[in-house]
Amino acid sequence: MGAHVYSVMREPLVVGKKTLHEITQDVCQSIEGKPSLLWWLGFLTSGAIATAGVATMLYQMYVGVGTWGLNKTVGWGFDITNFVFWIGIGHAGTLISAVLFLFRQKWRTSINRSAEAMTLFAVLCALIYPTIHMGRPWIGPLWIAPYPNLRGPLWVNFRSPLLWDVFAISTYFTISLCFWYIGLVPDLATVRDRAKHWLRKVFYGTLSLGWNGSVRNWNHYEVAYMIFAGLSTPLVFSVHTIVSMDFATSVIPGWHTTIFPPYFVAGAIFSGFAMVLTLLLIARKTMRLEAYINEITMDNMAKIVLLTGSLVGLAYGTEFFVAWYSGSIYEGFAFINRATGPFAWSYWIMVSCNVISPQILWFKKLRRNPWVLFVMSIFVNIGMWFERFVIIVTSLHRDYLPSSWAYYTMTWVEYAELIGTFGIFFFMFFVFIRFLPGIAFGEVKGVNKYARHDSHGHAHAEVKHG
Amino acid sequence: MAKPPVQLFCGVFGDEDDTLDATRACREAGLEFHDVYAPYAVHGLDRAMGLPFSKVTWVTFCCGALGTTIALSGMTYASWWDWPVNVGGKEALPFPAFVPITFELTVLIGGVCTMLGMFALCLLYPGKKARLLHKGQTDDKFVIALKKTEDFNEQKAREIFQRHHAEEIATRDPGYNAADEPATGGAA
Repeated sequence: MGAHVYSVMREPLVVGKKTLHEITQDVCQSIEGKPSLLWWLGFLTSGAIATAGVATMLYQMYVGVGTWGLNKTVGWGFDITNFVFWIGIGHAGTLISAVLFLFRQKWRTSINRSAEAMTLFAVLCALIYPTIHMGRPWIGPLWIAPYPNLRGPLWVNFRSPLLWDVFAISTYFTISLCFWYIGLVPDLATVRDRAKHWLRKVFYGTLSLGWNGSVRNWNHYEVAYMIFAGLSTPLVFSVHTIVSMDFATSVIPGWHTTIFPPYFVAGAIFSGFAMVLTLLLIARKTMRLEAYINEITMDNMAKIVLLTGSLVGLAYGTEFFVAWYSGSIYEGFAFINRATGPFAWSYWIMVSCNVISPQILWFKKLRRNPWVLFVMSIFVNIGMWFERFVIIVTSLHRDYLPSSWAYYTMTWVEYAELIGTFGIFFFMFFVFIRFLPGIAFGEVKGVNKYARHDSHGHAHAEVKHG
Repeated sequence: MAKPPVQLFCGVFGDEDDTLDATRACREAGLEFHDVYAPYAVHGLDRAMGLPFSKVTWVTFCCGALGTTIALSGMTYASWWDWPVNVGGKEALPFPAFVPITFELTVLIGGVCTMLGMFALCLLYPGKKARLLHKGQTDDKFVIALKKTEDFNEQKAREIFQRHHAEEIATRDPGYNAADEPATGGAA
C-alpha cells in the first residue's frame, strides 16, 4: 500500500522517481524495441552451444550410454550430478516467488518473474538427464505407465524415493508453471493494450485471457496468488528433501545420513540464488533494468547467499562430526577419503567455492558491487556442481571391496552435454526476456511508493481529513 | 464481464490512494458500483468496494482433498490390493512411504484447480476480448465505474470524484470499449 510511511532508514525499492507509466515503458522496451547487441550475442552464443549439446545427446543415444565414463563401481555419476544440480538451481525461483511473498519481502517483486522463469528452465534442463540416461528414452513411457503383459498389471514401486522424485519434480514443474503464468496474465494484458502489430495483439491477447484489471477479478486473483504461495512453500522444501532421499534412504556411507534433507534444501537455495544473480546481473545490463534490479535487490540476495552458504558450510562440518561420532569405520572412511583421497581436488574446490568465497559478502560494499557479485555467483555455481559430484562420486568410488575401487573420469560426451545444458538454459532465458515481460511490473508498481514521502501522499491525507 | 444494461459514470484516477479513498466514499454514499479497475493489485480496494472474500479457497480445499484421496486410494490399491510385491521386505501398506506422493498430488491437483477455478470465477478464457473503459487502465490509470441507475445521484458522484483528484470524468454507453479506439493517453 502506497500510503504507508516507512522508517526513513528504508531505501526506496525503485531507483529514481518513476511514474507508473515509466515503469511500464522501461520494462516493455526490452520486448517492444529492437534487441540490444549484447542480447544478440548472448542469444546466438547460447543457441550455438545448445545445438552442440543436443547433437552430442543424439550421438550418445545412437552409440549408447557407454560413451559416458561411468564404470561398475561409479555407476551413478554424471547424469544424477547434473540432475540434482539443475533441480537445485530451480529452487531459488519458487523461494523468491512464494516464500519471500509470504514473508512480505517487497524487494522480491523486481526479480520474481525472471527467477520463476529460471526455475522452469532449470527443471527442464534437469529432466534432460533422467531422460537421456535411459539410453532409449522413447520407450521410457512404457516403464512409467502400467502396460498389459502376461504377469498381470505391474505397478511402479510406491515405496521407492526415486518414484517420489518423479511425482515431486512433475508437481514442482507444473505448479511453478501455473504460478508463473498467473503472475504473467495482468502484465501480458498491459503489453496487449500497447501492441500495434496484429500478431502481437493476437499473441498477447490470447495469453492474457481478456484480463482488464477489474477489481472483481483482482479479488479472486489475489487470493489465488496467496494460495499458490502457500502451496509452493512446502513444495519447494519437499522437492529437494525428496531428491536427498534418493541418497539418504540407501545404505551407502556418505549418503546414509539424516542431515541430507535440510542440507540439500539449503544447498539448493544457495545455488539457485547464485544462478539468479548470474542471470539477473546479465539481464540488468543487456535489458537496461538497473533501476529495478538495483543495489537493494543485490544486497538482499547476497545476504541470502551468505546465509545459505554458511548453512551448507555448517552441514559439511556436521557430516564430518557425525561420521566420527557414529563410530562407524565405513562412515569415517568415506569422509576422510573425501577430503584426502583421489577426489580430494573436487572436495577442496567445493569447500573453497561454497564456504570461503561467500564470506566476502559480510561487507556491504561488496554485496552492492555487481562485478564482485557476478564473479562470486560463478564460483558458487561451480562449487555447488562439485558438491553434488563429491557426494555422489566420492561415496561410490571406493566401495567395500578394495579390489573394485575405481576412478571416474568424464568423457568428452559428458563435458559436451553438461556445457550443452548450460547453452539450452541460457538460450531459453534469452528467448524469455525478449518475448515476455522479464520484470513483473504489475507488482513493481505496487511497491513504487515504498519508503517514499511524496507530496501527493500528503496532499491526499489533508483532503481526507478536510 | 457481462455487458452492463445501464450507462456507466466513470472517474479516472492516477493514484492508488485517491482511488481507494474515492471508492470508499462512493460506497458510503450508497452509489452502486459496476466495477473498479486497477493496473495492479491494490490491497484493500476489493474490501472498499464491499466485495465478499473470494470463493477460490473452496476450490483449492475440495480439489486438494480430492488429490489426497486419489493418491492414498490409488497407492493402496496398486501396492496392497492389486499386486503386492515384496521389495526388500518392505511392508505392502507402509503409510509413511505414501506421505511424499500424497503430499505432491494434493498440491498438484489443488494448485492446478486453483488456477482454473480462479480463471473460471473471473470469466477469463483464451481469446476473450478485453473490455476497457480507459486505454490506460492496464498501465497507469485507475477507473471507478458507477452504474447510472434510476436513482443515481450524479451530482454526489461527481463531487466525490473531483474531491479525490479525478483526472477525467465521463459517462460511457453500455457497449463502449476503449480498446477499439486509437491509442491515446497512457498507451504507446
